[in-house]
Amino acid sequence: MIRDITLGQYYPGKSVIHRLDARTKIIATLVYIVSLFIVNNFWGFLIAGVGLAVVIALSKVPVKFIFRGLTAIFIIIIFTVVINIFMTEGRIIWQWKFLHITVEGLSRAGFMAVRLVLLIIGSSMMTLCTKPIELTDGLEKLLKPLSKIGLPSHEIALMMTIALRFIPTLMEETDKIIKAQQARGADFESGNIIQRVKSLIPILIPLFVSSFRIAQDLALAMEARCYHGGSGRTRMNEIHFHRGDAVAAVVMVLFLAVIIASRYIPALF
Amino acid sequence: MSFIEVKDLVIEFTKIDDEGNEVPGKKAVDGVSLNIDKGSFVAVVGMNGSGKSTLAKSLNGLLLPTAGSVVVDGFDTRDEDHIWDVRSRVGMVFQNPDNQIVSSIVEDDVAFGPENLGIEPDEIRRRVDDALKHVGMYDQKDKGAHMLSGGQKQRIAIAGAIAMRPQCIVFDEPTAMLDPKGRARVMSIIKDLNAEGITCILITHFMSEAEQADRIIVMKDGKVIGDRTPAELFSDIPFVESAGLELPPAIELRKMAGLPGNLSTAAEIAEHIAASR
Repeated sequence: MIRDITLGQYYPGKSVIHRLDARTKIIATLVYIVSLFIVNNFWGFLIAGVGLAVVIALSKVPVKFIFRGLTAIFIIIIFTVVINIFMTEGRIIWQWKFLHITVEGLSRAGFMAVRLVLLIIGSSMMTLCTKPIELTDGLEKLLKPLSKIGLPSHEIALMMTIALRFIPTLMEETDKIIKAQQARGADFESGNIIQRVKSLIPILIPLFVSSFRIAQDLALAMEARCYHGGSGRTRMNEIHFHRGDAVAAVVMVLFLAVIIASRYIPALF
Repeated sequence: MSFIEVKDLVIEFTKIDDEGNEVPGKKAVDGVSLNIDKGSFVAVVGMNGSGKSTLAKSLNGLLLPTAGSVVVDGFDTRDEDHIWDVRSRVGMVFQNPDNQIVSSIVEDDVAFGPENLGIEPDEIRRRVDDALKHVGMYDQKDKGAHMLSGGQKQRIAIAGAIAMRPQCIVFDEPTAMLDPKGRARVMSIIKDLNAEGITCILITHFMSEAEQADRIIVMKDGKVIGDRTPAELFSDIPFVESAGLELPPAIELRKMAGLPGNLSTAAEIAEHIAASR
């Protein structure tokens, strides 16, 4: 299951979306996330959904690839839906002992589910269409003004690059440790919740140890390749704003305006 | 003057005792002196704990001498002002292919070294493309590093070192974690690089790799106990065995068949057998 997380995975391509400056995409994603929280009825989500669909179509990333990322958070969505269905007070349409389903609960559950799905797909579009290194470069440049007040923007960006790079490596490592512990008779599947959490300790401790070992190896390798901080460093791919970025900015402003306007469309029910 | 001059090198790791004081620990390298000439291909062999990896890491200043000195192309590794001159001249490829790749995308990782050197973007692009073509990974430059096999990752690591245009590359057991095919590929890249004039220093456990070098340095307990050509080394079987090393397959065969000790390569042995039939 853990292999299916598309968040933080890059889908190589040369589409319009791929070619946008990383900074544009980061800001656009933030605007999109904010807009999802501005929305207060299903019309807004319809607009947001159509907008996202257009971006997906432009990006030429296979839809199957995008939805794979959702399977990992499926449980969270189900959990949210269930909680919202049963815990919302209002007009009761079904009741059994202390459990009850209300009209408001159903509509709110649907609302939250759509919001979560759009949120995840929206933000994974950014990581799918932007090379991790461009993403961190973009972030470094966006944060640059803050380095004047002491924010280490280069270090933050590098930390993110390395974190993204090592997600697959650490997952493999976890997999190996789980299998090794299972081979020694460790049981991760039975017992109550406390026993199960306890049974994670034999996974987490070796994982910590091996992360430190990896970190040490990597630090040596980086030093051997003359890494000495952000000063005096150049980039192979300097990032620049293009015409497409201006277009994207205008589109995002319009999108935000439409989303705000959608609050005033009468609700469906 | 040799390209790398190691003189009376001692590297000692300090330990922290129970009370938190630093106490002298083991001398990983204990009085090593050697010269490495430009363009040569030197293998360093020895048992685990013989100090060969420590020696390797001291050649580009990753580890600094406790005593003695390492001078690379006229720069002392202890000279902090010139440490980047040393490291840009002596590249390094490590054992674990996974733990030395910094970036998720192949070409970005290869660009990491040149970027640190502050080279112009166009020139970095040229060097990265060139380095990737050298190791036969150019067509995979846009791929994610985690999608590659161990051997491919190791080739990327070599490309990362080549892209810095070093004069020497130290390979610290580069094939230890690879399958036979990956090993053969990495060895042929090392030999190609050496043929182009790059000084190659290969730390290895595999005698079949060491015998391809011009010169083999044998280490034991932090000291150099032998510095010979492969032919000289493998004609002295008792010495090889006392150093805790195994024999290359061809020499093993020569020993078992009781053939003369002056035959040092598989080809010579084959010729001898064919002639005696």
